[in-house]
Amino acid sequence: MPADKFFIYLVVMAGVTYLIRALPFALCRNKVKNRFIKSFLYYVPYAVLAAMTFPAVIYSAGGIVPGIAGTFTGLLFAYKRKSLLMVAVVSCVAALAAEILCNLL
Amino acid sequence: MNNIDKIKNIKDVKKGLHDGIPIALGYISVSFTFGIMGVSSGLSWWQTLLISMTNLTSAGQFAGLGIMVMAGGLVEMALTQFVINLRYALMSISLSQKADASFNLPARLLAGFGITDEIFAVAASKNRTVSKYYMAGLIITPYIGWASGTAAGALLGEIIPETLSSALGIAIYGMFMAIIIPQARDNHKCLVVIIIAAVLSCCFRYIPLINNISSGFVIIICAVLASVAGALLYPVDDGEEE
Repeated sequence: MPADKFFIYLVVMAGVTYLIRALPFALCRNKVKNRFIKSFLYYVPYAVLAAMTFPAVIYSAGGIVPGIAGTFTGLLFAYKRKSLLMVAVVSCVAALAAEILCNLL
Repeated sequence: MNNIDKIKNIKDVKKGLHDGIPIALGYISVSFTFGIMGVSSGLSWWQTLLISMTNLTSAGQFAGLGIMVMAGGLVEMALTQFVINLRYALMSISLSQKADASFNLPARLLAGFGITDEIFAVAASKNRTVSKYYMAGLIITPYIGWASGTAAGALLGEIIPETLSSALGIAIYGMFMAIIIPQARDNHKCLVVIIIAAVLSCCFRYIPLINNISSGFVIIICAVLASVAGALLYPVDDGEEE
């Protein structure tokens, strides 16, 4: 892609992405006192992560069978309070094993 | 600043760098894929790398790359990034409540760049407030992973077997599960919110008509509805969130 065209795209893309993140973080300087908003913000992280994970995780490993294998393995290890890295790795290994197995059959 | 403060700050940076390692490892696989895609879409390796170094966002970058390749308009680019990344605004506000007194305006403007899904998730899962030193560490390791993964993907992407690269796609979600599942196990209020968000998200995936809504919007809608439900059903008391 020509450099000048690329840079215009890049500036728009990076600029919008940056402002969305940085402005709320920079502008919200006071602690929220309102109980409802406080409660809302307390639940946001879990709600965001749950919405992003389900059902996308099932489709994230290249196929349904590897996806399901990885998801259930990950859920099991997460339930057993294993570390982030551990859960990520076993999910990948399970997905990979399922994929190889599918290819063999 | 006295020596005790300095030692504490260095410890905070180190803790952040350490907590960022799993994120960085997860990022390498995703950014590696982005690197492969960038070069195969007709960008040069340095252009692909530059996108990763200036954006630091997975879904936004993949969408942006698509628009570049289709020679889409700049308004379309801006709108797409806005919609896909609007969830970050929600995270930013949430995280602003955890930022401690060390966060002055320049620090907030800098750290704002590094609020990604995963970095937010780890910072938000801390029981205490977070300092700018911890945040700096927590952003640097994943940033290096994101940039180096992209470079590696752009430079040598063709060599890796597809079986391996597709299995790596689940890594990020594995991390997300490792954050929310133990929380759901300990706290039934969070469990309810998580179930609401997940069920809503599934509805947007499978029910005709509403399954056309872009994934960025879906995340915002689900997260807002589930969090509002949580706040109405189970308001948190002072101290409970600590």
